[in-house]
Amino acid sequence: MNEEIKTLTISIYTENNIGLLNRISAIFQRRHINIESLTTSQSEIENVNRFVIVVKISETQAKKIVGQIEKQVEVIKAYYHDEHETIFTESCMFKIKSELLFEEPQIQNIIKESDTRIVTVNKQFFVLEKSGRRHEIEALRRDLSAFGIMQFVRSGRIAVTKDEMKITELLDGVKNK
Amino acid sequence: MSNTQTIKKVENKAVKTERITGSEAIIKCLIAEGVDILYGYPGGAIMPVYDELFKYQDKIHHVLTRHEQGAAHAAQGYARISGKVGVAMATSGPGATNLITGIADAQIDSTPLVCITGQVFSHLLGSDAFQETDIVGISTPVTKWNHQITKAEDIPEVLAKAFYIAKSGRPGPVLIDITKDAQVQEFDFKYEKCTEVRSYNPVPKTNIESVKAAAKLINNAKKPLIVWGQGVILGEAEEELKAVVEKAGIPAAWTILGASALPTSHPLNVGMVGMHGNYAPNKLTNECDVLIAIGMRFDDRVTGDLKTYAKQAKVIHFDIDPAEIDKNVKTDVAVLGNSKESLALLLKELEENSHQEWHQKFKDLYKIEYEKVIKSDLLPEKEGLTMGEVLKEINTQTKGDAAIVSDVGQHQMIACRYAEFNKTKSNITSGGLGTMGFALPAAIGAKMAAPDREVVAIIGDGGYQMNIQELGTVFQQEVPVKIVVLNNEFLGMVRQWQQLFFDKRYASTEMTNPDFVTIAKGYRINAKRVTKREELADAVKDMIASKSSYFLEVCVEKEDNVFPMIPTGASVSDVRLS
Repeated sequence: MNEEIKTLTISIYTENNIGLLNRISAIFQRRHINIESLTTSQSEIENVNRFVIVVKISETQAKKIVGQIEKQVEVIKAYYHDEHETIFTESCMFKIKSELLFEEPQIQNIIKESDTRIVTVNKQFFVLEKSGRRHEIEALRRDLSAFGIMQFVRSGRIAVTKDEMKITELLDGVKNK
Repeated sequence: MSNTQTIKKVENKAVKTERITGSEAIIKCLIAEGVDILYGYPGGAIMPVYDELFKYQDKIHHVLTRHEQGAAHAAQGYARISGKVGVAMATSGPGATNLITGIADAQIDSTPLVCITGQVFSHLLGSDAFQETDIVGISTPVTKWNHQITKAEDIPEVLAKAFYIAKSGRPGPVLIDITKDAQVQEFDFKYEKCTEVRSYNPVPKTNIESVKAAAKLINNAKKPLIVWGQGVILGEAEEELKAVVEKAGIPAAWTILGASALPTSHPLNVGMVGMHGNYAPNKLTNECDVLIAIGMRFDDRVTGDLKTYAKQAKVIHFDIDPAEIDKNVKTDVAVLGNSKESLALLLKELEENSHQEWHQKFKDLYKIEYEKVIKSDLLPEKEGLTMGEVLKEINTQTKGDAAIVSDVGQHQMIACRYAEFNKTKSNITSGGLGTMGFALPAAIGAKMAAPDREVVAIIGDGGYQMNIQELGTVFQQEVPVKIVVLNNEFLGMVRQWQQLFFDKRYASTEMTNPDFVTIAKGYRINAKRVTKREELADAVKDMIASKSSYFLEVCVEKEDNVFPMIPTGASVSDVRLS
């Protein structure tokens, strides 16, 4: 039973109802599964929300988790995918003292080479934003931390799958029953 | 998003509206759903609804229990014997939290409940107002669905959805929390039943190919074994189960909640599986070549050590809940769907068979169990009364027609092992949660739902005192329920474990009990105590003959144990007879 632990992306299409986040997170909590990241937003379908949850678990665990998630009345459909089946990214922001931008030319090189965007600059601080894979963001953080970071924040993963998920057809099927 | 978008409208014709308060709407919704009995307890945040109930007394009978937990368990008893949705109501805060044990019990035992709780005014939500608790948050992990209503106009749709979700598919409890302002607001009321929720697929479609694959395995099996659970009763598939068992000649065993779906006396009924189940079905689970699980979820009390459970067998699993497939036991063939439909399809594909030799193995092991366990339980030669002989006497007096409502502990295992069931929906007990205090209120609900049936509650002295206050409900409502307390002055099951696994260190399991007969009489309930074998038959006879409620205390041997037993984590093959 020593199955490989993988980084899996769980995608959940749901009704947009209060309290559902609680129900979904409780499913992970009961099984002592740590959520690496969680993003929830409107999906491509009106009034349908999408959760993107990243966890490190085995495929057997993922199958059971997805079954339990789909049991929730307001969940339309849940899936899990491994890294090869999705296109994914994260986003992050750094707040850094403005003086460093001028005093440390190395910072300007880092910004250029890492394809990082300057969101704003004022007298006290400037803000950088970058989207990318976790390791790219971590590398940037490592480079910038040598100069001092006032604030850092990273979003959860957002992901789309390479394969179609056919939620619209599923919902149409329900409507036409 | 409002529920309007998620509920399919079935009746498009214009429905007449009338301007009423949220509270009156709640009552009208309940009436529209066919609710005739409601168990509950009033309080500040639910008072407007109680005020309306007062006006509708001729339509809905409200049963004032003595504790909200009693209301939830009574609603469960009502639901389990009737197959209908049980309804419980409580106020906010402590009223709501007191329902939780019953709700959790209903969740794990798939019992359809709708619980309505009052809540503080919506402008006070989140302010730690008097008697405010986040009951939606608290109940989330133990409900099939829950929702908070803050506007009167949402009441009809949410309640319609609540009843639909509670009853459909794999049933379960739903909690609806309604703020006080929503109860007093007026709005234009109209009610339409809910028949569909777009994100919810209660009954997965049965795949005929999987039925055929299952039939092929069964037809080729030399040593098939059926283990059925409550899914057969919930799916009303008792006749289909019987037909399958008889046509294919398969020995059939049951989980605790499956009891009574097939009569105890049926020749192919080989008894209960699990920790205190029968010797033969437990032992032969690890010898069968095809294991056919029907409407059961492979609970750890049934399987023991999963690593050694039925490893030699091909496993077929019939279930309505896709999340149960492969959850605990890896299956070879999964048949999703309603048990009534899928068993009917299976029946057509099955060949007639008898498996005489295989069945003989069950008979041989039963003989061993009879000699080592059953004989001394039912026909004891020692002086002290056994729990088993009390059950035997009840069987004799009720001719196997009674509904047995058991609490949790040794007496429960004895009741389930030895009660004879002629009719389905006759075994009402707390299976998954193992809730002590369940039986007395559940028996009240069961008797009120099925007044023509004899309802006998079998309770231990420990569990009895967990909800003993419900004797007040028995008395006030004049419910002719029969209450048997098997008193061994111990928390018997824990004591048994302490004896077997903790070197007889009886830590906090001995009970100094009050005079139960005096207490029952204090509630104006006829009562008798039996301490000797020769008094038992007459006492049980008097109890069953009684037209009103009756309390019978039987003082049984203090340190009897329940066998067979599969110790926790052991293999089902390691079932112990002593």
